[in-house]
Amino acid sequence: MISEIGHIALILSLTIALVQGIAPMIGAARRDGQLMAIGKTAALLQFFFISIAFLALMNAYVTSDFSLANVAQNSHSAKPMLYKIAGVWGNHEGSLLLWVLILATFGAAVVFFGGNLPPTLCARVLAVQAFIAVGFLSFTLFTSNPFERLFPVPLDGNGLNPLLQDPGLAFHPPFLYLGYVGFSIAFSFAIAALIEGRVDAAWARWVRPWTLVAWSFLTIGIALGSWWAYYELGWGGWWFWDPVENASFMPWLAGTALLHSAIVCEKRDALKAWTILLAIVTFSLSLLGTFLVRSGVLTSVHAFATDPARGVFILAFLVVVVGGSLALFAIRAPQLKSGGLFSPVSREGGLVLNNLLLTSAAATVLLGTLYPLFVDALGIGKISVGPPYFNTVFIPLMTPLVVLAGIAPVLTWKRADLYGVFLRMKFVAILTLLVVAWCLYETWGGTFLGTLGIGLSAWVGIGVLVDMGARVGLFRDPIRVSFSKAMRTPRSIYGMNVAHIGLAFLVAGITASSAWRTEVLRVVQIGETVSVSGYEFVFHGVEKIQGPNYSGERGHFSVNRDTRDAIQLFPENRFYPVQQQPTTEAAIYTGWRGDLYAVLGEPDAQGGWSARLYFNPLVSWIWLGSLVMALGGVISLSDRRHRVGAPHRIMSGKANNRVATNV
Amino acid sequence: MKNYLIGAVVFFLWGFVEANAFDTDAPLDDPILEERARELAKEIRCLVCQNQSVFDSDADLAKDLRVLVRERVAAGDSDLSVKQFLVDRYGDFILLKPPVKPQTYLLWFGPLIITLFASIFIVFWLRGVSRERPKLSEFSAAERRRIEDLIKDEKGGV
Amino acid sequence: MFSGNRGLLYLLPAAVFVVLCGFLLRGLSLDPALVPTALIDKAVPHFDLAPLDSHSAPLASADLSGEVTLVNVFASWCGPCRIEHPLLMEIAEMDNINLYGINYKDDPAIARDWLTELGDPFTRIGADRDGRVAIELGVYGVPETFLIDREGRVRYKHVGPISEEVWSRELLPLIRNLRE
Repeated sequence: MISEIGHIALILSLTIALVQGIAPMIGAARRDGQLMAIGKTAALLQFFFISIAFLALMNAYVTSDFSLANVAQNSHSAKPMLYKIAGVWGNHEGSLLLWVLILATFGAAVVFFGGNLPPTLCARVLAVQAFIAVGFLSFTLFTSNPFERLFPVPLDGNGLNPLLQDPGLAFHPPFLYLGYVGFSIAFSFAIAALIEGRVDAAWARWVRPWTLVAWSFLTIGIALGSWWAYYELGWGGWWFWDPVENASFMPWLAGTALLHSAIVCEKRDALKAWTILLAIVTFSLSLLGTFLVRSGVLTSVHAFATDPARGVFILAFLVVVVGGSLALFAIRAPQLKSGGLFSPVSREGGLVLNNLLLTSAAATVLLGTLYPLFVDALGIGKISVGPPYFNTVFIPLMTPLVVLAGIAPVLTWKRADLYGVFLRMKFVAILTLLVVAWCLYETWGGTFLGTLGIGLSAWVGIGVLVDMGARVGLFRDPIRVSFSKAMRTPRSIYGMNVAHIGLAFLVAGITASSAWRTEVLRVVQIGETVSVSGYEFVFHGVEKIQGPNYSGERGHFSVNRDTRDAIQLFPENRFYPVQQQPTTEAAIYTGWRGDLYAVLGEPDAQGGWSARLYFNPLVSWIWLGSLVMALGGVISLSDRRHRVGAPHRIMSGKANNRVATNV
Repeated sequence: MKNYLIGAVVFFLWGFVEANAFDTDAPLDDPILEERARELAKEIRCLVCQNQSVFDSDADLAKDLRVLVRERVAAGDSDLSVKQFLVDRYGDFILLKPPVKPQTYLLWFGPLIITLFASIFIVFWLRGVSRERPKLSEFSAAERRRIEDLIKDEKGGV
Repeated sequence: MFSGNRGLLYLLPAAVFVVLCGFLLRGLSLDPALVPTALIDKAVPHFDLAPLDSHSAPLASADLSGEVTLVNVFASWCGPCRIEHPLLMEIAEMDNINLYGINYKDDPAIARDWLTELGDPFTRIGADRDGRVAIELGVYGVPETFLIDREGRVRYKHVGPISEEVWSRELLPLIRNLRE
């Protein structure tokens, strides 16, 4: 019964979305207030009904209603409750429902928080949102309906893939989708601006918070996915350049570029067409990702059960939405008046360089991900493009970017004084060289690239600290003055600095765990001690265990430490009888210097067990850094200027740029 | 047709469904050779898995290929020879690092070309934009004085 | 520099996208995980396999020239092999088609039981216990079927079980061709 209600609610949402797509758009063109207001009501109704549909599906999972084909295929009565709930989005149909739910949530958020938007812009934004929703709702209802019934009703379901029975599943997709789908707002804003034919500082000021929200969520979502892979897959790897990973990374790269470009658009009224294009491209990359994951065009560990028929539908949708928006861009963008001028050496110049590098990086990842398809489609061969390729081409692109991030706070708008920059960075450079020297000393004989990475990380981190110190006059002015300066510093500055510090952590974590990782693969006997990078792992044997829906073996390693208790590690091998699938659970201990990581293998004939033991230096800085970056985004978001709203458009006389930007 | 599809799916998933827990690979006695073998294994694709190297995978075929790589390395083959041996049998697909040949020039040089083109474009665009800047002679005397005052103002501030 | 062509420049993203979609559309009908054989038009690599057991003849690469031959790689533990087996039995009945088998990483006794149950279409069966010969042939799973011409060159390889469609559309025409 409840599932029926959910089904009907979904159909209603489609109808509402259709109305929401058409009425406000017409209303904006005709300046008809009533038609435009329909947009807001429709958005709220859509959110309401899709929520009902989603809750109905969740109810089916929680009550193990196997009359629903989706539940029968993906759930099981013995599954722990957390995974019954999270299992709602652990499959193709359910995840689509999550997609549209988040799309509708953002639409409703525009209604709630977009009070300061001019009615025409708001109406158009909601209309575009609705148009996207129509596409996805149609796709769901016509090809991937989660409410399809199954007859006869099976006694029990097929269960959830054991690899997905993990807390990570509960959080990774929702955060990821909040990011992915969140960029739809920036997209809608861009389309609305193109239709209006006007992009100005006010528009950029409105777009920025929404982009920040989506970007922060996506950062967390990707970090969660990476962390999950790290502890779940059992080889200490955390990024595999798998097509689906790349599908989430490309919008992140483009979204980061968008964030930075929007700053120039807002502050200097420049880069308008480019910012619009980026907003379109970022969301298009999200949509492309959706296509890649569900169409079977690329092999991936992550891919849902794929179906080329569904692929055609999504592709058609892609052509309409992305093709349409890019066509609109080609027609309307040339009419946008270009704005402020700036010297190449300036903050704008730095941000342009930032965009160049990030966009090239995104294009590179796209090239590498799709190249096997290109080659195969043209019939000129069959190749694989794996991590070795991506690592080779990506690092040279990112290195200048990180260097740039260190200089960025010091560059002034419009025209920066190179000599002045040099002077201010001298102190940072000296400190960085000290760090590099220390690092070289500590890791002598190892790879030089590692030290380079640490140097980059120090450059950014120290640069931020020095800049903040200079801003508040640390050690120069009395503490009280410094304190009040710090209080008066806008939150967006703090946001930027925190995000860049997050970047420093990220770079350090990636560098250390790649360059100085120790891996030992051995057969161990009970009582034997294995030395891994100075840590002594003692093997104590293996015992049998029983879980709620699995059975298996648990190994026991201990690592002694001088003054504190020994670290106990319990890696497991599990077998899930319903799916007939084994999994490996790594045992991880996160310390200050890095992670101790143990994986149990199989027994050999002589009573020993094979094991993989690792020491991963600073690997948790990767996720810590990502979280700090996202935190920077949130801090920026809390800046008063975003809440108070954009500066009032000066309708008469010449718009004075300087007045508008000094808010 | 349906049977074929099921069969194909089972066929391709077969390796992937293998035990996730790895079994004992006998490492080579010489640690340097063993290290070489491992690095090679990380660059060879497991053909029955989804985007894993034979080093990371526990599939049967992956194990066979790891043993094969070890044998050839121990027999004195260079890294290139080992890779060529596998390419002769399985094609370029088995290499995770695509070879540099005419079909992949665009792939390997693409990033550089993209960045270069974009940089050149930006340089020209910046120049074009500044050329659009109205020349000083277009302004009246009063406007010119005002411009000079404003510039002086700006230089004084930060 | 761009003033005349400015409009065209703005069209670039859309143009790139259209090309991309062309490839994506084509990609929907391709299989990204299929590994095409690297041996096409090359001589079958040299191998010499012991017979499966006393009931079958051995199989070596030397046996693969002189006539048009089909070599099927199979195993008793392989599900799809079961599915294609009836078709193999039919093919074995046909005149002038040599059908040989390679038993991949299998226990000979179990394989023999399997063949007894489902029928033995193979004139020769080589036992590839450790899978090495399969690697020489570029085999990466079972079942796979090779079509080899009179000169001992590999002309076609099918990955996965052979269906009626594959047989009538691909293999049979090729075999007829090669016989002329």
